[in-house]
Amino acid sequence: MPEPEPIVVDARRLGCPLPVIELAKAARDVPPGTTLTVLATDPAARYDVPAWARLRGHELLGIAPISDDDDTLAITVRTHA
Amino acid sequence: MPRRSLGGQIKPAPGTSVQGVTSEDLPTRRTFLDAGGRAPMHAATRAAYAQALDEGWADPRRLHAEGRRARVLVDGARAAIADLLGARTEEVFLSGSHTASLHAAVRGIAHGRRRAGRDVVVSAVERAAVLAAADFVVAEPWGSHPGRRVTVGVDPAGRVDASAMAIALGAPGVALAALQHANGEVGTVQPLPEVADAARRAGVPLLVDAGAGVGHVEIPDAWDALAADPGDWGGPGGLGVLVVRPRVRWSPDWPQDEDAWFPGGASVPAAVAAAVALEHAVAERASTGAHRRVLVDRIRQAVAATVPDVEVVGDAVDRLPHVVTFSCLYVDGEALAGELDRLGFAVGSGSACTSSALEPSHVLAAMGVLTHGNVRLTLPSTVTDDDVDRFLAELPAAVRRVRDLLGVGDL
Repeated sequence: MPEPEPIVVDARRLGCPLPVIELAKAARDVPPGTTLTVLATDPAARYDVPAWARLRGHELLGIAPISDDDDTLAITVRTHA
Repeated sequence: MPRRSLGGQIKPAPGTSVQGVTSEDLPTRRTFLDAGGRAPMHAATRAAYAQALDEGWADPRRLHAEGRRARVLVDGARAAIADLLGARTEEVFLSGSHTASLHAAVRGIAHGRRRAGRDVVVSAVERAAVLAAADFVVAEPWGSHPGRRVTVGVDPAGRVDASAMAIALGAPGVALAALQHANGEVGTVQPLPEVADAARRAGVPLLVDAGAGVGHVEIPDAWDALAADPGDWGGPGGLGVLVVRPRVRWSPDWPQDEDAWFPGGASVPAAVAAAVALEHAVAERASTGAHRRVLVDRIRQAVAATVPDVEVVGDAVDRLPHVVTFSCLYVDGEALAGELDRLGFAVGSGSACTSSALEPSHVLAAMGVLTHGNVRLTLPSTVTDDDVDRFLAELPAAVRRVRDLLGVGDL
C-alpha cells in the first residue's frame, strides 16, 4: 500500500489551544498512517501537540525549529493505524 | 472592598466594582477554590491580627516600652511558628513574602558556599521564584566564573527522579540543591527523605520549598533550610517564613542589617496573625486534611467520568490533600476559568492563555501533560461538600460551552 500523502498544517501566529485544534481537524479526515506536520509559533504547542498525540494514540515523530532565525516549530505526528 | 465571611465566600458590597464588573453582575454566592498562597482568614486569625495592631504596632528594634512590647510579640510568634515547624526560635526568620524567602535562601546559601561550588541543582517543577533565583546566582559569579543551573526532570505525575537528583547534587561544584516538599500546582509529594539523605552524604545544603504543604500536612524533618508561606495556611499576606538550620553556611550578597536575612524586619502584627493561623491550621489539620482528601478523590473521579477528553494530572495517592488539577483537550483555559468565575467559582489555571507571559505552566510542561484547558483547584480548609457538589454539577456544561465556541465538538 502506498504511503498516504503527508500534510502540513500552518498554525503560525495562532494562540493556544488553536494549533492543536487545527491539527486535530486535519487528522480527522485522513487515512491511518498519515504523516502530519503542524507549524506553530505558540510556545504551548511544543508541549500540547505531543500530549494530544499521546491521548489520541498517534505517534510523535519529531519537533524541530524550521530554521535558526525563526521561532516557528515544526511538530510531526503519524496518525495511528 | 469585598466583605469576606467564613466558608470562603465573598459578597461584594452593593455597587462596588470587582474587576470592572459591578456587584449586580456577579452571582451573589461565591465559592473560592483557589486558596493556594492566599487562603481565607479564620476569625481567630483576624482577631489576633487586630489585637496585635493595638499592642504591637511599634518598631521592635526600639528599646522603649512600646518597642519592647512589639519585640515580645514578634519573638513569641517566631517561637510558636518554630515549635509547629520542628525548629528552634533562633532558626526562624520572617520576610515580606514567600518569594522573598526563596530568593534570599538561594542567594544567601549560594553566596556563602561560593568557594565550595557554583552550581545549583533544582527539580524542573520548583516554584518560579526558585528557578529565577537559581538562574540569578549562577549567572552572578561573585568572582571569576559562572555556575550552572542543573535541572532534574520529573515523571508524568510530577515527581522528581530521586536517584537522578542524588547523582546531580553529588557532582563536584554544587553550592546548593532545592526541592519542594510538594508541588502546589498538581499536589504531588516529592521524595524528600531520599533526596535529603543524598544531600547530607554529599555535604550539599538542601533548600525545601514547603509553601504548599505547611499547615496542611506534616513536613518531614528532611531539610537544611525550609521556606513556608503564611498566606497559604490562612495567615495574612505580606509575610514569609524562612527556617535555616545553624549548620548551613550562608552570607548575604546584599547590604548588612541587624535583621541579616531580611533587612528591615517584618510586620509584627502579621507575624502574630500568622502564628495564630498556623496553630489553628495544625490543630485542625487531621480533620480538614481528611475531609479535603475525600473531596479531591471525589473531584478526580467525577471530572474523569463527566468531562470528555480530560486529563486529571498529578499523583492520585501520594499528594497534598487539597490540590487537584486537570486539563481539558481543545479548551481555552482562560475562557473556562472566566466561565467558571461568571458562575461563581474562583479557580486557578496553569494554561498559557491565562497568563500575560503566554508561556504555559513549566510544571505541566515538565510533566508532559496538556497545558491548555487547565483548571487548578486548591480547596480552602473551610470548603464544604456542597461547594464541591455545585462545582461538579456545573463543570461539564461549562466545558461544553467553551468547546462549542471553538467548534470542536466532534474532534
